[in-house]
Amino acid sequence: MLHTPLWKRLLILAIVLWGILAALPNAFYTRVEQHNDAVKAITAAEGVATEEQAAARALWPDVLPSALMSLGLDLRGGAHLLARVQVSDVYAQRIDALWPEVRDSLRDVRDQVGSVRRQPSVPGVLRVAISNPDGMAVALEKVRALASPVMTLTGAGSSDLEVVADGQEIVVQLSEAERVATDQRTVQQSLEIIRRRVDEVGTREPTIQRQGDDRILIQVPGIGSAQELKAVIGTTAKLSFHQVLGRTSDAGADPGPRNRLVADANEESLYYIISQEAVVGGEELTDAQPSFDQNGRPAVSFRFNPTGARLFGDYTAAHIGEPFAIVLDDEVISAPTIQSHIAGGSGIITGSFTVEESTNLAVLLRAGALPAKMTFLEERTIGPELGQDSIDAGKLAGIVGMLAVVAYLVLSYGLFGIFANIALVVNILLLIAVLSTIGATLTLPGIAGIVLTMGMAVDANVLIYERIREELRDGKSPARAVELGFERAFSSIMDSNITGIIAAVIMFVIGSGPVRGFAVTTGIGIFTSMFTAVYVTRLIVTTYINWRQPKELVV
Amino acid sequence: MAWRLKLVPEKTNIDFFKLQWVTFGASVLAVVVSLLAVAVLGLNLGVDFKGGTTIRTESTQALDVGVYRAALAPLELGDVAITQVFDPTFRADQHVAMIRIEAQEGEEAITPEGIAAIEAALVAVDPAITFPSVESVGPKVSSELIWTAILAVAAGSLGIWIYVWLRFEWQFAVGSVAALLHDVIVTVGVFSIFQLKFDLTIVAALLTILGYSVNDTVVIFDRLRENLAKYKTMPLREMMNLTANETLSRTIMTATTTLISLICLVTLGGDVIRGFVFAMLFGVIIGTYSTLYVAKNIVLMLGLDRSDKPKTGKPSDHEFANVDA
Repeated sequence: MLHTPLWKRLLILAIVLWGILAALPNAFYTRVEQHNDAVKAITAAEGVATEEQAAARALWPDVLPSALMSLGLDLRGGAHLLARVQVSDVYAQRIDALWPEVRDSLRDVRDQVGSVRRQPSVPGVLRVAISNPDGMAVALEKVRALASPVMTLTGAGSSDLEVVADGQEIVVQLSEAERVATDQRTVQQSLEIIRRRVDEVGTREPTIQRQGDDRILIQVPGIGSAQELKAVIGTTAKLSFHQVLGRTSDAGADPGPRNRLVADANEESLYYIISQEAVVGGEELTDAQPSFDQNGRPAVSFRFNPTGARLFGDYTAAHIGEPFAIVLDDEVISAPTIQSHIAGGSGIITGSFTVEESTNLAVLLRAGALPAKMTFLEERTIGPELGQDSIDAGKLAGIVGMLAVVAYLVLSYGLFGIFANIALVVNILLLIAVLSTIGATLTLPGIAGIVLTMGMAVDANVLIYERIREELRDGKSPARAVELGFERAFSSIMDSNITGIIAAVIMFVIGSGPVRGFAVTTGIGIFTSMFTAVYVTRLIVTTYINWRQPKELVV
Repeated sequence: MAWRLKLVPEKTNIDFFKLQWVTFGASVLAVVVSLLAVAVLGLNLGVDFKGGTTIRTESTQALDVGVYRAALAPLELGDVAITQVFDPTFRADQHVAMIRIEAQEGEEAITPEGIAAIEAALVAVDPAITFPSVESVGPKVSSELIWTAILAVAAGSLGIWIYVWLRFEWQFAVGSVAALLHDVIVTVGVFSIFQLKFDLTIVAALLTILGYSVNDTVVIFDRLRENLAKYKTMPLREMMNLTANETLSRTIMTATTTLISLICLVTLGGDVIRGFVFAMLFGVIIGTYSTLYVAKNIVLMLGLDRSDKPKTGKPSDHEFANVDA
């Protein structure tokens, strides 16, 4: 009758015990955090531990679970950015890079197409005029030969370039399939580079995720503000070295064909006319470190790979005495004069940097340039004190709420109220244990979810107890009433909880940010509360009934 | 017999349909007023949904909203709303304000220069000021967030409707979904009438209300189904009253424990989640009301087919009852 098989009892006890152990680390949060950091550092150093790390590791026994609930930005403080990658930037770069190729291949058939000129057009579209319209067919064929097939599943078989004739002009742009493939690559590369940059700054557990087609979500706990984060990830950091052809103070000066007018980063109304094509690009860098120049001012020293070193060496040898420009993101950061042939492929960039700026620039150069610019759609900064205040308030509310519910249950159900309270405590521990184990992030709405779960978890017990009361009123024996109470209440518990789970799942799938945090805690809370109400309470109640064999039962 | 705290007497015999036209009329009126309020007054949308920037400031000096406003006026930021925040959990020298700035023309999130200028202007009038949080959402994202929020509530209702339909009769599904829409709409109406800030967390609260309301309703329906099998000839109206009375003590008990938790959160949980918790508090109260006065009435109006259809060979109406632990 009221018999629970031994294996089932042991299993229930084992789960409860696991819950207590797995929830325990959260009670010693900073301690366990230090321990975990130390373990990570020691593993990274292949088992070699410094004295400090060994001490930190000893703060928490290795045999105990050490997973913690990670705290969300609203609790820990930090920065949140939602960036959109301007994927179409890349189309323009690709098309611009194509022009010399197109020119050279048309030059081969000069006798048929005549002279070739690039015409102005919107970014991402190349318009080439030929002087002899009769050669159009030959010209199109020549340009089409430059295309290559697209390497994706959906775009397989199509060509990466779309080449059509428009009067006397050839119009070249990326094909639709190639655009899709390029977008994919651009966002993926941006994600990688952002990850490298954020990792270089070295904060704990950053979240860097792709969202939708062209968006990237970045959450970095512990950073001072979203502005700081933007300074690290928002800069394209495209570095290149150019020949300087002149200086001017006129912002509207005509740089002449195949040259560019670029502003100086530090001095207002100083512009340089530089060669369009770079002598060496940032992609040839292998290393960059913050350092100081001979006057003790902050600078960045860098090293080229062999190709870059050769190009740079040859150029400096040929242009001694001439200035060259170091261009970062379309601004000249410095334009020194070449004193001598620089062999060996290393150099130093000076400019008016602060120490912080030079450190940041070194990080950016090491991590590589972003393939495209980014705009920020959403940014949030939460200060650490505000987070701490929220944790404290949530804790206080949780403890007071818990005590009030405990008292209310004891007043309403007496001894059975105490049973329900034990189940409630086990429920909270299990909830925390599961959240820690799956590595869920606790947010402020998440705390609210836990507190709400406390209130609602009692519902299952209430349903059971009210049912037992009814059965007792109907004159059933205590043991029978308890059995029927659990059995009959189960259908209601199931139905009401399934609807709760439906709501939680939908919140999780559709929602974002705070909605998700709340969905996770309430969703898991429903499962743990069903387990505790149905199994744990039942075990306690049946044990009590079998032990005391009460003739009369008051619930 | 040991003493027990009882909010509801052991045996009640309340006629929940006595004033059915008054209560049902009141519900219909509340829904209509709420919809009108949203249409006429609109909602006080937070930056999540409208775009723009909110800055939370904190200072040890007593703050004067007028001074802040004057400090920001030269920056020409358009619509700027500054409100002081009060909370019992604040320290005596903790003065908090929320500054809300509308989305700037032609920009997504606010620019670093924009934030720097605002912060500099405020520091000039109050050197002790700090900025614990700055949140900026571009108009593009905010319009998407509105749609996902509406979608979430709609999908939630649909999911619940399908589940209740599968588990009970279609009349019950209509009744419970009507009750939960009633709860959600009236809650939104209250936010509109009092112009409380409506942001993403409020949507989470609405979805919880949805879950709670239906939970409450389903428990009664479950009991009703049981009684339908038990008393084959009792008129539906009487049976519904019996069912509601039988489950009344549970309904009140659960509502009370949930309210206890929520009241603790609303008073002690800090101002950051106050709106969120308030929405749930209100929702639990109205959810309990709608369980007793809306859901059943609709089922009664729709009527039930009580001809004894052979129910797929299941003698027990407890479909989940065959477990033992």
